[in-house]
Amino acid sequence: MRLEYSACIRIIRVPCTGKVDSLHLLRAFEKGADGVYVVGCMEGECHFNNGNFRARKRVEQVRRILDAVGIGGDRVQMYNLSSSDGPLFAKFASEMVDRIRQAGPNPIKLARKRAAA
Amino acid sequence: MIVADKKPIEEIITEVKDHESILVLGCNECVTVCEAGGKKEAGILASALRMYFLNQGREVRIDEVTLERQCDPEYLEELHDRIDAYDAVISLACGVGVQFMAERYHDKPIYPGVNTCFMGATQARGLWTERCQGCGQCILARTGGICPIARCAKRLLNGPCGGSTAGKCEINKEIDCAWQLIIDRLKALGRFDEYEELAPIKDWSTDRAGGPRKVIREDVQQ
Repeated sequence: MRLEYSACIRIIRVPCTGKVDSLHLLRAFEKGADGVYVVGCMEGECHFNNGNFRARKRVEQVRRILDAVGIGGDRVQMYNLSSSDGPLFAKFASEMVDRIRQAGPNPIKLARKRAAA
Repeated sequence: MIVADKKPIEEIITEVKDHESILVLGCNECVTVCEAGGKKEAGILASALRMYFLNQGREVRIDEVTLERQCDPEYLEELHDRIDAYDAVISLACGVGVQFMAERYHDKPIYPGVNTCFMGATQARGLWTERCQGCGQCILARTGGICPIARCAKRLLNGPCGGSTAGKCEINKEIDCAWQLIIDRLKALGRFDEYEELAPIKDWSTDRAGGPRKVIREDVQQ
């Protein structure tokens, strides 16, 4: 297929999106990630029944927290696709990169840089 | 268990925004089970606060510790050596833990991180319902194991009232009429004849009407 998507995305593989905890997402932002998105199986097709639903709820929770602390909830997103859908994976990647470019860098990263300078 | 609910982060931030070092203190007991103030919730709150202060351009030290309990003196002692490193503590325990911390560490501001709600049970994941009001004189033996003090809006001892309709309470159609539940349960137990017995006037002095309460057990005192 040889599809291209932005090289600025770091993929972290998990056995199921149900494994992704709110703390994992928050730690990523604390460490300076500009955005985080979780790509799970299609809703209703989770091998573990409801892992992707759990992930979605956690993403929503983190979104509310990021809004509350002024980082911006738009920086976190949940996507669903079927495991063989490469083109959609690339599309989600581009969509997320565009969104984060619009939002700008993570303010935490900038604050850390300012503090170090 | 004691059921608590999370406080909005904005409210917690308003309380602690002027401090320079804050300890987020979780509790491993009831609030862990009701997912409001355990180790995970302490981690989430601490992370959120770290991000908030960094975003404000302030370097505020935020650490997190989760104690086995905050309602027993020996567990609070674990903080003795390190509490001086902090300006303030956000306790994610119930109101008992917050107050016990404030009593033990008298010169340290202790802020509540949860809203303590009631004594209840986990009906389903994410759904906790009230079961006990700690009235100090349990009458469950004669009400078929269903408490009209905690579960009847009017705390009726001889119910139901005229507001009971199709097994539901008049204050909210989603709330079961406690006395309907009691009647159904007494029937199931084959004890429906006991329903006719009038309950005597309850001694409310063991409830909050008697002021703050205490339990003294000389047999276990040292």
